[in-house]
Amino acid sequence: MNAVIALIFNAILNGTPLMYGTMGEILTEKSGNLNLGVEGLMYMGGALGLAGAFYYEKAAGAGVNGLLAMVIAIACAFLAGALGSLIFSVITISLRANQNVTGLALAIFGTGVGQFVGEYMRTMEGGYIAVSNELKNFFQNAPFPQTLQNIPVVGKLLFGHNIFVYLGVLLALAMGFFISRTRWGLNLRSVGESPATADAAGINIARYKYLATVMGGGISGIGGMVYIMTIAGCVWNHEGLAGVGWLAVALVIFCLWRPVNAIWGSVLFGALMILYLRVQLPIPSEIYKILPYVVTLVVLIFTSLRKKREDQPPESLGIAYFREER
Amino acid sequence: MADNCAVELRKVSKAFGNVVANDNIDLKIYKGEILSLLGENGSGKTTLMNMLSGIYYPDSGEILVNGQQVTITSPRDAFEYGIGMIHQHFKLIDVLSAAENVVLGLEGPALLDLKAVSARMSEIARRYNFAMDPAKKVYDMSVSEKQTLEIIKVLYRGADILILDEPTAVLTPQETQRLFEILRSMKENGKAIVIITHKLHEVMELADRVCVLRKGCFVGERQVSEVTPQIMTDMMVGRQVTLNIDRPEPVEPEPRLRVRDLTVVNAEGITKLDRVNFTAMGGEILGIAGIAGSGQKELLETIAGLQPAAGGSILYTPKGQPPMELAGKHPMQIKAAGVAMAFVPEDRLGMGLVGGMGMTGNMMLRSWRQGKGAFVHRREPGALATQVKEDLEVVTPDIDYPVRRLSGGNVQKVLVGREIASAPSVLMTAYAVRGLDINTSYTIYHLLNQQKQKGVAVIFVGEDLDVLLELCDRILVLYDGKVSGIVEARTATKDQLGLMMTRLQEEGETDA
Repeated sequence: MNAVIALIFNAILNGTPLMYGTMGEILTEKSGNLNLGVEGLMYMGGALGLAGAFYYEKAAGAGVNGLLAMVIAIACAFLAGALGSLIFSVITISLRANQNVTGLALAIFGTGVGQFVGEYMRTMEGGYIAVSNELKNFFQNAPFPQTLQNIPVVGKLLFGHNIFVYLGVLLALAMGFFISRTRWGLNLRSVGESPATADAAGINIARYKYLATVMGGGISGIGGMVYIMTIAGCVWNHEGLAGVGWLAVALVIFCLWRPVNAIWGSVLFGALMILYLRVQLPIPSEIYKILPYVVTLVVLIFTSLRKKREDQPPESLGIAYFREER
Repeated sequence: MADNCAVELRKVSKAFGNVVANDNIDLKIYKGEILSLLGENGSGKTTLMNMLSGIYYPDSGEILVNGQQVTITSPRDAFEYGIGMIHQHFKLIDVLSAAENVVLGLEGPALLDLKAVSARMSEIARRYNFAMDPAKKVYDMSVSEKQTLEIIKVLYRGADILILDEPTAVLTPQETQRLFEILRSMKENGKAIVIITHKLHEVMELADRVCVLRKGCFVGERQVSEVTPQIMTDMMVGRQVTLNIDRPEPVEPEPRLRVRDLTVVNAEGITKLDRVNFTAMGGEILGIAGIAGSGQKELLETIAGLQPAAGGSILYTPKGQPPMELAGKHPMQIKAAGVAMAFVPEDRLGMGLVGGMGMTGNMMLRSWRQGKGAFVHRREPGALATQVKEDLEVVTPDIDYPVRRLSGGNVQKVLVGREIASAPSVLMTAYAVRGLDINTSYTIYHLLNQQKQKGVAVIFVGEDLDVLLELCDRILVLYDGKVSGIVEARTATKDQLGLMMTRLQEEGETDA
């Protein structure tokens, strides 16, 4: 029993960065942009989010305010991701370059920037970058009183997580509502499905694509920061994000482009990621690590077989829009 | 009538490159009236209306809506002036419901109230007497339902001026009647309605007034009650123009391709060709006339083996050889037997050429099977490309320069030149001079004549009746997938062809 609870708990912990990365990419893909550079965006978000919290604490000294540090970390990570995807947007929306190539380049570029920032900080600060234990606890501990967490069985599962888990769930619900119930969400979906139709309906295609892609990149960037500040222990190490961004791209497909699915999808993928630590079978750990991708493939096969139109990717995903070509 | 004028166009012109699509056109659209804009393909009807709906912007001229001069630069502007256009290709999003499609792009509160939208849609549907389920997804709809949805979409936006671009092209006769009823009830509600069409019987049945365009020029307007189909046909096709195209006498014509009862049904189950009979002779040019979509493409593609025939036979008799049946053969076999096709689609590159490759590469599309193992021959196609370039005066910096970057005329020369180079005994071309300037057109005519004199059976699908009359030996006219007649080009007149294209004459002889 305890083992199962521990597995689920850790699955949620490990899935949360993935949830942010996936939500960002869903928003991006809803506009018809396929940004494969999520790994790069998350790397940048991770390095700069840590930098924001670290330098704020260094400047504030003993009077450090945990909430402010968190806001700064989120803001830095969001800006880093947004800037990265702004580059992507200019190249693919305005200049109409190939999205796959640009996305892959962004993944490499972002990883490089993240590594550079992380290593630069480390060298400048004497070989080790970490925030104080006090701040670390603020990022990693649950925002609920201990009594709630002590409720048997469900207490830890419901109230024992760090604050980013709850923020992520709220964001996913809000995004799901935005996409399916609001006017802008409808317009955004139409841009991703058929920009020519949206254009004829008077929707500003470029504006929607830019906003969705830049906001989406920012949200993915926050995911990188969450990884560094929770799973990686508020420390910059050489391993960086260990491929979480790539997994996020797969999770978008698994979620069938619905933000709400990202909540439980990320828990499942989180569980698959840590399965090799918890359930030990006499097989190499590499086999475990391909599980998320295998699951994604299975989902792809099933949705393709069912051919339900709502489960398909946005119809013009990956295609640049050029009005004169209609 | 002056206060009743909904839209007025004054001296409106529009050109695409050096092709003038609309030349100084004056047009008035009145409230409570159905106006029919009549003209052949490429006469500029759709272009003119696209300037009202904000797709194109006029090069010169004025547009007045309700007496006020306006500038329409986008579809949104058009909505604001109450102009709504229903395009031939529906602008709907498949995965969304009817109500979501209707509300798309509209201003309003952030939260969508689809119930209110559905209620208003139902109200509109009741008023004009049509049925629509607002929750139905577009991908579940029939073509006619999609069209109804497009009309509701336009009415929902408060349009008073509705423009329909060939609305009946995709409808069954029953659906067409329903559409006409809807349009009549909208007219009674004081809306101004424009339908773009080339079907005379629809004009006679539905419209109050008809305006005729020909080659981008305004020919005239009449009250429908005062005209006969004959008058409208005359206005549409115009006087015969002399082009002085060379026409050598046929050389020893002999039957090359006998098409018997050829029937083709497309993937949607619509009969595109209905028991077509004709014989193409070696040493002559057989013209094929008809309104766009009458089955020209299907005819050529079926002969080339790209579409399956649902019935009938295509008997091919190469010079001095026993006849062979082409129906059911693989395109590769048909090509090898000497049947070549040069089809120039609207976008020119879509069929037959690869835009990113040079002339050499495109020549290789014909010869890639030759060569040893995995390796292809490059030298022969290279030599061929050079020859085509010199013979046809293709203007290109280099034979390996991507053909996509060549001008339209040069692209067509490459396409036609390649097909001719395969020394075919049947050469099919469709719209070979589409969009070309006069000189280049004559070069192509000359090439076709050369082939004819070599004894090739040339099938020339064309749009311009004047060209067909002067270039071809015989002309087959298609109407709605049927042969409405085959005439001798030397004696036929433009009127006669126009009538056959619009099927006003009695069923003539359908065999040759």
